Amino acid sequence: MRFEAPTTVEAAVSLLAAETGMARVLAGGTDLLVQMKSGMAEPDLVVDIKRIDAMHEITPEDGGFRIGAAVPGIALGEHEGVKAAWPGVVEGTELIGSTQIQGRATMVGNLCNCSPAADSVPAMAAAGAIARVAGPDGSRDVPVEEIAAGPGKSNLAKGEMVDSVFLPARPANAGDAYLRFIPRTEMDIAVVGCGVNLVLDGDGTCSEARVALGAVAARVFLVPEAAEALVGTKVDDAALDALAAACSAAATPIDDKRGTVEFRKKVAGVLARRAATIARDRAKGSA
Amino acid sequence: MSQIHVQTTINGDETEFLCDAEETLLDALRDKLGLTGAKEGCGTGDCGACSVTVDGRLVCSCLVLGAEAHGREITTIEGMANGEELHPLQQKFLDHAALQCGICTPGFLVAAKALLDRNPNPTETEVRYWLAGNLCRCTGYDKIIRAVMDTAAEMRGA
Ligand SMILES: Cc1cc2nc3c(=O)[nH]c(=O)nc-3n(C[C@H](O)[C@H](O)[C@H](O)COP(=O)(O)OP(=O)(O)OC[C@H]3O[C@@H](n4cnc5c(N)ncnc54)[C@H](O)[C@@H]3O)c2cc1C
Ligand code: FES
Ligand code: FES
Repeated sequence: MRFEAPTTVEAAVSLLAAETGMARVLAGGTDLLVQMKSGMAEPDLVVDIKRIDAMHEITPEDGGFRIGAAVPGIALGEHEGVKAAWPGVVEGTELIGSTQIQGRATMVGNLCNCSPAADSVPAMAAAGAIARVAGPDGSRDVPVEEIAAGPGKSNLAKGEMVDSVFLPARPANAGDAYLRFIPRTEMDIAVVGCGVNLVLDGDGTCSEARVALGAVAARVFLVPEAAEALVGTKVDDAALDALAAACSAAATPIDDKRGTVEFRKKVAGVLARRAATIARDRAKGSA
Repeated sequence: MSQIHVQTTINGDETEFLCDAEETLLDALRDKLGLTGAKEGCGTGDCGACSVTVDGRLVCSCLVLGAEAHGREITTIEGMANGEELHPLQQKFLDHAALQCGICTPGFLVAAKALLDRNPNPTETEVRYWLAGNLCRCTGYDKIIRAVMDTAAEMRGA
Protein backbone atom coordinates (compact mmCIF):
# COMPACT_ATOMS: atom_id res chain seq x y z
CA MET A 1 0.00 0.00 0.00
CA ARG A 2 1.10 3.53 -0.81
CA PHE A 3 0.22 6.51 1.42
CA GLU A 4 -0.05 9.98 -0.10
CA ALA A 5 -0.99 13.24 1.55
CA PRO A 6 -1.42 15.87 -1.20
CA THR A 7 -2.04 19.52 -0.40
CA THR A 8 -4.49 20.36 -3.19
CA VAL A 9 -7.74 18.84 -4.43
CA GLU A 10 -6.29 18.70 -7.96
CA ALA A 11 -3.34 16.64 -6.75
CA ALA A 12 -5.63 14.33 -4.79
CA VAL A 13 -7.84 13.76 -7.83
CA SER A 14 -4.80 13.08 -10.07
CA LEU A 15 -3.50 10.50 -7.62
CA LEU A 16 -6.89 8.79 -7.38
CA ALA A 17 -7.37 8.83 -11.16
CA ALA A 18 -3.88 7.52 -11.95
CA GLU A 19 -3.98 4.56 -9.57
CA THR A 20 -4.51 1.29 -11.47
CA GLY A 21 -5.33 -0.71 -8.33
CA MET A 22 -7.78 0.15 -5.58
CA ALA A 23 -7.57 3.75 -4.34
CA ARG A 24 -9.28 5.06 -1.21
CA VAL A 25 -9.66 8.53 0.21
CA LEU A 26 -8.73 8.81 3.90
CA ALA A 27 -10.70 11.39 5.89
CA GLY A 28 -11.08 10.48 9.58
CA GLY A 29 -10.32 6.83 8.92
CA THR A 30 -12.92 5.60 11.41
CA ASP A 31 -14.49 3.40 8.75
CA LEU A 32 -11.53 2.94 6.43
CA LEU A 33 -9.01 1.77 9.04
CA VAL A 34 -11.49 -0.67 10.56
CA GLN A 35 -12.16 -2.06 7.05
CA MET A 36 -8.43 -2.30 6.27
CA LYS A 37 -7.72 -4.13 9.51
CA SER A 38 -10.50 -6.64 8.94
CA GLY A 39 -9.39 -7.23 5.33
CA MET A 40 -12.69 -5.86 4.01
CA ALA A 41 -10.75 -3.17 2.14
CA GLU A 42 -7.23 -3.74 0.78
CA PRO A 43 -6.37 -0.48 -0.96
CA ASP A 44 -3.21 -0.13 -3.05
CA LEU A 45 -3.29 3.62 -2.49
CA VAL A 46 -4.61 5.70 0.39
CA VAL A 47 -4.95 9.44 -0.19
CA ASP A 48 -5.12 11.44 3.04
CA ILE A 49 -7.10 14.63 2.32
CA LYS A 50 -6.39 16.29 5.67
CA ARG A 51 -3.33 18.20 4.37
CA ILE A 52 -5.62 20.13 2.01
CA ASP A 53 -6.32 23.31 3.98
CA ALA A 54 -9.67 24.12 2.36
CA MET A 55 -11.03 20.72 3.41
CA HIS A 56 -10.97 21.85 7.05
CA GLU A 57 -13.06 24.95 6.47
CA ILE A 58 -16.69 25.76 7.18
CA THR A 59 -17.48 28.71 4.90
CA PRO A 60 -20.64 30.83 4.72
CA GLU A 61 -22.00 30.70 1.15
CA ASP A 62 -25.26 32.11 -0.28
CA GLY A 63 -26.75 32.36 3.20
CA GLY A 64 -25.89 28.70 3.91
CA PHE A 65 -22.66 26.88 4.72
CA ARG A 66 -20.09 24.88 2.79
CA ILE A 67 -18.53 22.19 4.96
CA GLY A 68 -15.15 20.80 3.93
CA ALA A 69 -14.71 17.05 3.62
CA ALA A 70 -12.12 16.88 6.41
CA VAL A 71 -14.15 18.70 9.11
CA PRO A 72 -14.54 16.26 12.02
CA GLY A 73 -17.78 15.92 13.95
CA ILE A 74 -16.42 17.75 16.98
CA ALA A 75 -15.52 20.83 14.89
CA LEU A 76 -18.97 20.88 13.28
CA GLY A 77 -20.51 20.80 16.76
CA GLU A 78 -18.34 23.74 17.80
CA HIS A 79 -19.64 25.90 14.94
CA GLU A 80 -22.40 28.11 16.34
CA GLY A 81 -23.65 29.23 12.92
CA VAL A 82 -24.22 25.73 11.55
CA LYS A 83 -25.71 24.60 14.86
CA ALA A 84 -28.21 27.44 14.84
CA ALA A 85 -29.22 26.94 11.19
CA TRP A 86 -29.17 23.13 10.99
CA PRO A 87 -29.39 21.64 14.49
CA GLY A 88 -30.69 18.33 13.10
CA VAL A 89 -27.70 17.88 10.79
CA VAL A 90 -25.32 18.68 13.64
CA GLU A 91 -27.03 16.30 16.07
CA GLY A 92 -27.04 13.52 13.45
CA THR A 93 -23.31 13.98 12.98
CA GLU A 94 -22.65 14.22 16.72
CA LEU A 95 -24.34 10.84 17.25
CA ILE A 96 -21.49 9.17 15.36
CA GLY A 97 -19.42 7.16 17.84
CA SER A 98 -17.65 8.37 20.97
CA THR A 99 -15.71 11.54 21.76
CA GLN A 100 -12.61 9.87 20.29
CA ILE A 101 -14.48 9.00 17.08
CA GLN A 102 -15.88 12.57 16.93
CA GLY A 103 -12.30 13.87 16.94
CA ARG A 104 -11.80 12.20 13.55
CA ALA A 105 -15.06 11.15 11.88
CA THR A 106 -16.33 13.44 9.12
CA MET A 107 -19.84 13.94 7.79
CA VAL A 108 -18.51 13.39 4.26
CA GLY A 109 -16.80 10.13 5.27
CA ASN A 110 -20.10 9.03 6.79
CA LEU A 111 -21.76 9.85 3.45
CA CYS A 112 -19.10 8.22 1.22
CA ASN A 113 -18.91 5.05 3.30
CA CYS A 114 -22.45 4.45 2.01
CA SER A 115 -23.84 2.63 5.02
CA PRO A 116 -27.67 2.68 4.95
CA ALA A 117 -27.48 3.35 8.71
CA ALA A 118 -25.12 6.37 8.47
CA ASP A 119 -26.41 8.82 11.07
CA SER A 120 -25.62 12.14 9.39
CA VAL A 121 -27.09 11.21 6.02
CA PRO A 122 -30.88 11.26 6.66
CA ALA A 123 -30.49 14.69 8.26
CA MET A 124 -28.40 15.94 5.34
CA ALA A 125 -30.85 14.51 2.80
CA ALA A 126 -33.76 16.14 4.62
CA ALA A 127 -31.81 19.39 4.63
CA GLY A 128 -31.41 19.27 0.85
CA ALA A 129 -27.63 19.13 1.21
CA ILE A 130 -25.61 19.05 -2.00
CA ALA A 131 -22.25 17.29 -2.27
CA ARG A 132 -19.61 18.89 -4.48
CA VAL A 133 -17.79 16.11 -6.27
CA ALA A 134 -14.32 16.86 -7.65
CA GLY A 135 -13.00 14.67 -10.44
CA PRO A 136 -10.57 14.53 -13.35
CA ASP A 137 -13.06 16.47 -15.53
CA GLY A 138 -13.81 19.20 -13.02
CA SER A 139 -16.50 19.32 -10.38
CA ARG A 140 -20.21 18.53 -10.26
CA ASP A 141 -22.93 19.01 -7.65
CA VAL A 142 -24.88 15.95 -6.50
CA PRO A 143 -27.75 15.74 -3.96
CA VAL A 144 -26.39 13.74 -1.00
CA GLU A 145 -29.05 11.04 -1.32
CA GLU A 146 -27.66 10.17 -4.76
CA ILE A 147 -24.09 9.52 -3.55
CA ALA A 148 -24.75 5.96 -2.32
CA ALA A 149 -25.59 3.22 -4.83
CA GLY A 150 -26.16 0.61 -2.14
CA PRO A 151 -24.56 -0.66 1.07
CA GLY A 152 -20.82 0.14 0.87
CA LYS A 153 -21.08 1.17 -2.82
CA SER A 154 -21.01 4.73 -4.10
CA ASN A 155 -21.95 6.34 -7.39
CA LEU A 156 -18.61 8.17 -7.52
CA ALA A 157 -16.60 7.45 -10.67
CA LYS A 158 -12.91 6.56 -10.68
CA GLY A 159 -10.82 9.54 -9.67
CA GLU A 160 -13.76 11.33 -8.06
CA MET A 161 -13.96 12.46 -4.47
CA VAL A 162 -16.29 14.66 -2.45
CA ASP A 163 -14.77 18.06 -1.83
CA SER A 164 -17.45 19.51 0.45
CA VAL A 165 -21.14 19.50 1.32
CA PHE A 166 -23.34 22.57 0.96
CA LEU A 167 -26.14 23.20 3.46
CA PRO A 168 -28.55 25.79 2.00
CA ALA A 169 -29.77 29.04 3.55
CA ARG A 170 -32.63 28.92 6.05
CA PRO A 171 -35.80 30.94 5.62
CA ALA A 172 -37.56 32.26 8.74
CA ASN A 173 -39.54 29.72 10.82
CA ALA A 174 -37.57 26.67 9.70
CA GLY A 175 -36.49 23.69 11.79
CA ASP A 176 -34.91 20.29 11.39
CA ALA A 177 -34.26 17.25 13.59
CA TYR A 178 -32.74 13.78 13.41
CA LEU A 179 -33.56 10.84 15.66
CA ARG A 180 -32.34 7.27 15.62
CA PHE A 181 -33.37 4.18 17.51
CA ILE A 182 -30.64 2.10 19.13
CA PRO A 183 -31.00 -0.43 21.97
CA ARG A 184 -28.27 1.35 24.00
CA THR A 185 -27.83 5.03 24.86
CA GLU A 186 -24.48 5.52 23.03
CA MET A 187 -22.09 3.85 20.60
CA ASP A 188 -24.41 1.73 18.47
CA ILE A 189 -25.60 1.42 14.87
CA ALA A 190 -29.02 2.86 14.03
CA VAL A 191 -31.83 0.30 13.79
CA VAL A 192 -33.87 3.09 12.20
CA GLY A 193 -32.96 6.74 11.63
CA CYS A 194 -35.18 9.63 10.53
CA GLY A 195 -34.44 13.20 9.49
CA VAL A 196 -37.18 15.84 9.15
CA ASN A 197 -36.77 19.38 7.86
CA LEU A 198 -39.70 21.79 7.56
CA VAL A 199 -40.62 25.42 7.03
CA LEU A 200 -43.72 27.12 8.49
CA ASP A 201 -45.36 30.24 7.11
CA GLY A 202 -46.51 33.21 9.19
CA ASP A 203 -49.57 31.47 10.67
CA GLY A 204 -47.80 28.19 11.45
CA THR A 205 -48.86 26.26 8.34
CA CYS A 206 -46.18 23.99 6.92
CA SER A 207 -45.12 25.31 3.52
CA GLU A 208 -42.18 22.98 2.76
CA ALA A 209 -41.02 19.67 4.18
CA ARG A 210 -38.45 16.97 3.48
CA VAL A 211 -38.36 13.64 5.29
CA ALA A 212 -35.60 11.01 4.98
CA LEU A 213 -35.24 7.53 6.45
CA GLY A 214 -32.09 5.53 7.24
CA ALA A 215 -31.40 1.85 8.01
CA VAL A 216 -34.70 0.66 6.51
CA ALA A 217 -33.57 0.15 2.89
CA ALA A 218 -30.35 -0.40 0.93
CA ARG A 219 -29.62 3.29 1.13
CA VAL A 220 -30.91 6.42 2.84
CA PHE A 221 -33.90 7.76 0.91
CA LEU A 222 -36.38 10.62 0.84
CA VAL A 223 -40.07 9.91 1.48
CA PRO A 224 -42.06 12.44 -0.58
CA GLU A 225 -45.43 11.06 0.62
CA ALA A 226 -44.37 11.77 4.18
CA ALA A 227 -43.40 15.33 3.27
CA GLU A 228 -46.76 15.81 1.51
CA ALA A 229 -48.54 14.67 4.66
CA LEU A 230 -47.12 17.73 6.43
CA VAL A 231 -47.37 20.44 3.77
CA GLY A 232 -50.51 22.57 4.14
CA THR A 233 -51.11 21.42 7.72
CA LYS A 234 -50.32 22.90 11.11
CA VAL A 235 -48.24 19.77 11.81
CA ASP A 236 -51.01 18.70 14.19
CA ASP A 237 -51.85 15.18 15.36
CA ALA A 238 -53.73 14.24 12.21
CA ALA A 239 -50.82 15.34 10.01
CA LEU A 240 -48.33 13.53 12.24
CA ASP A 241 -50.42 10.34 12.02
CA ALA A 242 -50.38 10.59 8.23
CA LEU A 243 -46.64 11.24 8.27
CA ALA A 244 -46.00 8.21 10.48
CA ALA A 245 -48.15 5.98 8.28
CA ALA A 246 -46.34 7.17 5.15
CA CYS A 247 -42.92 6.44 6.72
CA SER A 248 -43.94 2.99 7.94
CA ALA A 249 -45.29 2.19 4.48
CA ALA A 250 -42.18 3.47 2.69
CA ALA A 251 -39.73 1.48 4.84
CA THR A 252 -38.48 -1.74 3.23
CA PRO A 253 -36.12 -3.02 5.93
CA ILE A 254 -34.49 -6.41 6.38
CA ASP A 255 -34.73 -8.69 9.40
CA ASP A 256 -31.49 -8.88 11.34
CA LYS A 257 -30.27 -9.32 14.88
CA ARG A 258 -30.89 -5.65 15.62
CA GLY A 259 -34.52 -5.52 14.55
CA THR A 260 -37.25 -7.30 12.66
CA VAL A 261 -39.00 -5.94 9.58
CA GLU A 262 -42.21 -5.37 11.52
CA PHE A 263 -40.42 -3.53 14.33
CA ARG A 264 -38.40 -1.35 11.98
CA LYS A 265 -41.45 -0.32 9.95
CA LYS A 266 -43.30 0.64 13.09
CA VAL A 267 -40.31 2.53 14.54
CA ALA A 268 -39.84 4.43 11.26
CA GLY A 269 -43.26 5.97 11.83
CA VAL A 270 -42.69 6.62 15.53
CA LEU A 271 -39.36 8.36 14.95
CA ALA A 272 -40.73 10.41 12.07
CA ARG A 273 -43.52 11.68 14.29
CA ARG A 274 -41.12 12.60 17.09
CA ALA A 275 -38.56 14.20 14.75
CA ALA A 276 -41.29 16.23 13.02
CA THR A 277 -42.55 17.45 16.38
CA ILE A 278 -39.05 18.63 17.34
CA ALA A 279 -38.55 20.26 13.92
CA ARG A 280 -41.93 22.02 14.20
CA ASP A 281 -41.13 23.32 17.69
CA ARG A 282 -37.73 24.51 16.50
CA ALA A 283 -39.37 26.28 13.58
CA LYS A 284 -41.67 28.03 16.05
CA GLY A 285 -38.65 28.99 18.10
CA SER A 286 -39.84 27.09 21.15
CA ALA A 287 -37.20 24.35 21.19
CA MET B 1 8.18 -1.15 -0.11
CA SER B 2 10.18 1.70 1.40
CA GLN B 3 9.20 2.98 4.80
CA ILE B 4 7.75 6.40 5.51
CA HIS B 5 9.88 8.87 7.47
CA VAL B 6 7.66 10.65 10.01
CA GLN B 7 8.75 13.72 11.96
CA THR B 8 6.42 14.65 14.75
CA THR B 9 6.21 16.16 18.22
CA ILE B 10 5.27 13.82 21.04
CA ASN B 11 4.64 15.23 24.51
CA GLY B 12 6.56 18.35 23.47
CA ASP B 13 9.63 16.49 22.17
CA GLU B 14 10.53 16.44 18.49
CA THR B 15 10.68 12.83 17.44
CA GLU B 16 11.09 10.85 14.24
CA PHE B 17 10.35 7.29 13.24
CA LEU B 18 10.03 5.05 10.19
CA CYS B 19 6.81 3.21 9.57
CA ASP B 20 4.98 1.16 6.97
CA ALA B 21 2.05 2.79 5.21
CA GLU B 22 -0.46 0.47 6.92
CA GLU B 23 1.05 0.90 10.39
CA THR B 24 -1.15 2.60 12.96
CA LEU B 25 -0.02 5.41 15.21
CA LEU B 26 -0.69 3.08 18.16
CA ASP B 27 1.74 0.48 16.79
CA ALA B 28 4.32 3.15 15.99
CA LEU B 29 4.09 4.58 19.51
CA ARG B 30 4.35 1.19 21.17
CA ASP B 31 6.73 -0.70 18.90
CA LYS B 32 8.91 2.04 17.41
CA LEU B 33 9.06 4.59 20.20
CA GLY B 34 8.65 2.41 23.29
CA LEU B 35 5.67 4.48 24.46
CA THR B 36 3.60 1.56 25.71
CA GLY B 37 1.16 3.55 27.85
CA ALA B 38 -1.49 3.58 25.15
CA LYS B 39 -2.96 0.08 25.00
CA GLU B 40 -4.61 -1.97 22.31
CA GLY B 41 -7.90 -3.23 23.68
CA CYS B 42 -9.85 -3.76 20.47
CA GLY B 43 -8.06 -2.12 17.54
CA THR B 44 -11.41 -0.98 16.14
CA GLY B 45 -12.20 2.28 17.91
CA ASP B 46 -14.58 0.78 20.45
CA CYS B 47 -12.67 0.69 23.74
CA GLY B 48 -10.62 3.90 23.99
CA ALA B 49 -7.59 2.20 25.61
CA CYS B 50 -5.42 3.68 22.85
CA SER B 51 -6.57 7.30 23.42
CA VAL B 52 -4.09 10.07 22.60
CA THR B 53 -4.50 13.62 21.33
CA VAL B 54 -3.49 14.78 17.86
CA ASP B 55 -3.26 18.57 17.54
CA GLY B 56 -5.36 18.83 20.70
CA ARG B 57 -8.15 16.49 19.53
CA LEU B 58 -8.87 13.32 21.47
CA VAL B 59 -8.65 10.30 19.11
CA CYS B 60 -8.18 6.54 19.08
CA SER B 61 -4.58 5.98 17.98
CA CYS B 62 -5.55 2.53 16.69
CA LEU B 63 -7.56 4.32 13.97
CA VAL B 64 -4.82 6.80 12.97
CA LEU B 65 -2.02 5.86 10.57
CA GLY B 66 1.51 6.49 11.81
CA ALA B 67 2.17 8.46 8.63
CA GLU B 68 -0.63 10.88 9.52
CA ALA B 69 1.36 12.03 12.56
CA HIS B 70 3.87 13.87 10.35
CA GLY B 71 4.11 17.50 11.50
CA ARG B 72 1.41 17.04 14.13
CA GLU B 73 1.54 17.46 17.91
CA ILE B 74 0.78 14.23 19.74
CA THR B 75 0.25 13.84 23.47
CA THR B 76 0.14 10.50 25.22
CA ILE B 77 -0.25 9.32 28.80
CA GLU B 78 3.55 9.44 29.16
CA GLY B 79 3.33 13.24 28.99
CA MET B 80 0.78 13.58 31.76
CA ALA B 81 2.82 13.53 34.94
CA ASN B 82 5.30 16.33 35.49
CA GLY B 83 8.41 14.27 36.22
CA GLU B 84 7.71 12.47 39.48
CA GLU B 85 4.71 14.64 40.20
CA LEU B 86 1.44 13.01 39.20
CA HIS B 87 -1.27 14.96 37.41
CA PRO B 88 -4.25 15.52 39.76
CA LEU B 89 -6.30 13.05 37.71
CA GLN B 90 -3.68 10.34 38.21
CA GLN B 91 -3.59 11.01 41.95
CA LYS B 92 -7.40 10.94 42.24
CA PHE B 93 -7.58 7.67 40.30
CA LEU B 94 -5.29 6.20 42.97
CA ASP B 95 -7.19 7.83 45.86
CA HIS B 96 -10.54 6.55 44.58
CA ALA B 97 -9.20 3.13 43.57
CA ALA B 98 -10.54 3.87 40.09
CA LEU B 99 -8.54 1.05 38.53
CA GLN B 100 -8.07 -2.66 38.96
CA CYS B 101 -6.17 -4.34 36.11
CA GLY B 102 -5.23 -0.93 34.72
CA ILE B 103 -5.51 -1.70 31.00
CA CYS B 104 -8.16 0.96 30.46
CA THR B 105 -6.57 3.53 32.78
CA PRO B 106 -4.22 5.40 30.40
CA GLY B 107 -7.10 5.86 27.96
CA PHE B 108 -9.45 7.10 30.67
CA LEU B 109 -6.84 9.53 31.97
CA VAL B 110 -6.03 10.98 28.55
CA ALA B 111 -9.75 11.27 27.72
CA ALA B 112 -10.65 12.79 31.10
CA LYS B 113 -7.84 15.34 30.80
CA ALA B 114 -9.12 16.33 27.36
CA LEU B 115 -12.53 16.93 28.92
CA LEU B 116 -11.25 18.99 31.86
CA ASP B 117 -9.01 21.07 29.55
CA ARG B 118 -12.18 22.06 27.69
CA ASN B 119 -14.71 22.09 30.46
CA PRO B 120 -13.38 22.52 34.01
CA ASN B 121 -16.86 22.18 35.50
CA PRO B 122 -18.60 19.22 33.84
CA THR B 123 -21.79 17.66 35.17
CA GLU B 124 -21.76 13.96 35.96
CA THR B 125 -23.85 13.35 32.84
CA GLU B 126 -21.31 15.22 30.73
CA VAL B 127 -18.48 13.16 32.21
CA ARG B 128 -20.33 9.91 31.54
CA TYR B 129 -21.11 10.84 27.93
CA TRP B 130 -17.60 12.15 27.26
CA LEU B 131 -16.12 8.87 28.54
CA ALA B 132 -18.66 6.61 26.80
CA GLY B 133 -15.97 5.54 24.33
CA ASN B 134 -13.71 4.25 27.11
CA LEU B 135 -14.57 0.75 28.24
CA CYS B 136 -13.59 -0.81 31.57
CA ARG B 137 -14.22 -4.45 32.40
CA CYS B 138 -13.18 -4.18 36.05
CA THR B 139 -14.34 -1.15 37.99
CA GLY B 140 -17.99 -0.73 37.09
CA TYR B 141 -17.16 2.89 36.12
CA ASP B 142 -18.50 4.55 39.23
CA LYS B 143 -15.12 5.07 40.90
CA ILE B 144 -13.76 6.47 37.65
CA ILE B 145 -16.58 8.99 37.42
CA ARG B 146 -16.09 9.96 41.09
CA ALA B 147 -12.36 10.41 40.53
CA VAL B 148 -12.94 12.69 37.54
CA MET B 149 -15.61 14.76 39.33
CA ASP B 150 -13.39 15.08 42.40
CA THR B 151 -10.39 16.13 40.29
CA ALA B 152 -12.47 18.76 38.52
CA ALA B 153 -13.64 20.17 41.86
CA GLU B 154 -10.11 20.23 43.26
CA MET B 155 -8.61 21.83 40.15
CA ARG B 156 -11.29 24.53 40.16
CA GLY B 157 -10.47 25.26 43.79
CA ALA B 158 -6.74 25.39 43.15
C1 LIG C 1 -16.43 2.93 17.42
C2 LIG C 1 -17.17 3.45 16.22
C3 LIG C 1 -18.46 3.93 16.36
C4 LIG C 1 -19.16 4.41 15.26
N1 LIG C 1 -20.43 4.87 15.44
C5 LIG C 1 -21.14 5.31 14.38
C6 LIG C 1 -22.45 5.81 14.55
O1 LIG C 1 -22.98 5.86 15.66
N2 LIG C 1 -23.13 6.24 13.46
C7 LIG C 1 -22.58 6.21 12.22
O2 LIG C 1 -23.23 6.63 11.27
N3 LIG C 1 -21.31 5.77 12.02
C8 LIG C 1 -20.59 5.31 13.07
N4 LIG C 1 -19.31 4.84 12.88
C9 LIG C 1 -18.75 4.80 11.52
C10 LIG C 1 -17.85 6.00 11.14
O3 LIG C 1 -17.28 6.58 12.28
C11 LIG C 1 -18.61 7.07 10.37
O4 LIG C 1 -19.18 6.51 9.20
C12 LIG C 1 -17.73 8.27 10.01
O5 LIG C 1 -18.52 9.39 9.72
C13 LIG C 1 -16.79 8.02 8.86
O6 LIG C 1 -16.07 9.22 8.60
P1 LIG C 1 -14.48 9.21 8.42
O7 LIG C 1 -14.10 10.61 8.15
O8 LIG C 1 -13.82 8.54 9.54
O9 LIG C 1 -14.36 8.33 7.10
P2 LIG C 1 -13.20 7.42 6.52
O10 LIG C 1 -13.06 6.18 7.29
O11 LIG C 1 -11.98 8.24 6.30
O12 LIG C 1 -13.86 7.12 5.10
C14 LIG C 1 -15.03 6.32 4.98
C15 LIG C 1 -15.21 5.89 3.52
O13 LIG C 1 -15.54 6.99 2.70
C16 LIG C 1 -14.53 7.25 1.76
N5 LIG C 1 -14.31 8.69 1.76
C17 LIG C 1 -14.04 9.47 2.85
N6 LIG C 1 -13.98 10.76 2.50
C18 LIG C 1 -14.22 10.81 1.17
C19 LIG C 1 -14.29 11.86 0.22
N7 LIG C 1 -14.11 13.14 0.59
N8 LIG C 1 -14.56 11.56 -1.08
C20 LIG C 1 -14.76 10.26 -1.45
N9 LIG C 1 -14.69 9.21 -0.60
C21 LIG C 1 -14.43 9.49 0.70
C22 LIG C 1 -13.31 6.47 2.22
O14 LIG C 1 -12.46 6.09 1.15
C23 LIG C 1 -13.94 5.29 2.90
O15 LIG C 1 -14.30 4.32 1.97
C24 LIG C 1 -18.56 4.39 13.96
C25 LIG C 1 -17.25 3.91 13.83
C26 LIG C 1 -16.55 3.45 14.93
C27 LIG C 1 -15.15 2.95 14.75
S1 FES D 1 -7.63 -0.14 20.87
FE1 FES D 1 -8.22 1.73 19.97
S2 FES D 1 -10.24 1.92 20.63
FE2 FES D 1 -9.74 -0.05 21.37
S1 FES E 1 -9.37 -1.49 35.34
FE1 FES E 1 -9.41 -3.32 34.19
S2 FES E 1 -10.40 -2.67 32.38
FE2 FES E 1 -10.57 -0.96 33.61
